[in-house]
Amino acid sequence: MTMMTSFADWLTSSALGISLESGLGKSVQYFIADSITIILLLVLITHAMSLLRYYLPVEKLRDFLTSKKLYGSSYFFASLFGAITPFCSCSSIPLFIGFLEAGIPLGITFAFLITSPLINEVAVALMLGVFGWKVTLLYVVAGMTLGIFGGFMLGKLHMERYVADFVWKIKSSESSSQRKKKEPFSSVLRFTSKEAFSISAKIIPYVLAGVIIGALIHGYVPTGYFDTLISRSGIFAVPIAVLVGVPLYSNATGVIPIIESLIAKGIPLGTALSFMMAVVGLSLPEALILKKVMKWKLLAAFFGIVALGIMVIGYLFNFIRI
Amino acid sequence: MTIKVLGMGCPGCLRLMENVKSAIKNQKRDDTVEKITDIEEIMKYGVMHMPALVIDEKVVSSGKILSVSEVESLITK
Repeated sequence: MTMMTSFADWLTSSALGISLESGLGKSVQYFIADSITIILLLVLITHAMSLLRYYLPVEKLRDFLTSKKLYGSSYFFASLFGAITPFCSCSSIPLFIGFLEAGIPLGITFAFLITSPLINEVAVALMLGVFGWKVTLLYVVAGMTLGIFGGFMLGKLHMERYVADFVWKIKSSESSSQRKKKEPFSSVLRFTSKEAFSISAKIIPYVLAGVIIGALIHGYVPTGYFDTLISRSGIFAVPIAVLVGVPLYSNATGVIPIIESLIAKGIPLGTALSFMMAVVGLSLPEALILKKVMKWKLLAAFFGIVALGIMVIGYLFNFIRI
Repeated sequence: MTIKVLGMGCPGCLRLMENVKSAIKNQKRDDTVEKITDIEEIMKYGVMHMPALVIDEKVVSSGKILSVSEVESLITK
């Protein structure tokens, strides 16, 4: 996004007359470049995803998982479907029950459930904007791998009896497919575009808040400030980041711009990403909701395995250095 | 007719409930509106995205917070 950077440079120094060397100048330049890039990407990607979801609603994805003999690849597909389905904590229980009730094995259901909050279109748009495509791709691969392995391990533990008993008794009505008659593509496009703009509009305030915090860190926190902090915690930085991240709850939207600034000021990428994954993927409110359908053992296994996976990813990202 | 809003009490579900109430008021109707928060009850409708809207036992929308005017066009159909 060099074009955007030079535009932001010009706007800050020539149009607004703020020196790019000053803290204020750095903050303003960062804010302009990042917010425009992110908003453009956000609108673009939400459009693509709304369209995809119109043709592939979660009910269809579920039917695909139940009807086809997929052998080992079911974990992959469940994780992929989790990535393209938007996550909302109030839908996690209906999804969980809906999958199990359709006969999808517990492990495969978890592959979906683990990946869903970690990867979504908004997170991807933000990451592309602030980190570029290499880190974004690695993040997506890492998030999906975590879902696949986490789901696989939870499946191997045979924890079906730790699912709340009432879940197995639920029988939902057969055909819930509300997909009405075939609509012409132009009206589908109009409909999904409206949805995409409304998703973007809802998210933009949070993005801007995140970018402002990020911009302030950029402009006023000296480079290397966090080095001492991190070197003090040393090898344990990743687990600490995860432990700090789990009780916090936020979606990816607000966290990513802040993370980017932390990285720019010396926090290693892996440590920062594992913090983000812990904040987004695991949370106490989420645990309280899921407690309704899972017994303690299963909930603990779920959180334990995902937390461990996030730490492994954190160390890997710190190790490879991009 | 009977209108049901399915959802386990998330902010989106509450907003949909408000919109449904306003839509009914705008159209000067006296439909009964029920809020279904019990998960076993919700699952009977086979929906997986909350909030969902059920009109006369038929699921008409799921995973969307319909606007007042969208609800109006659904109930006047």
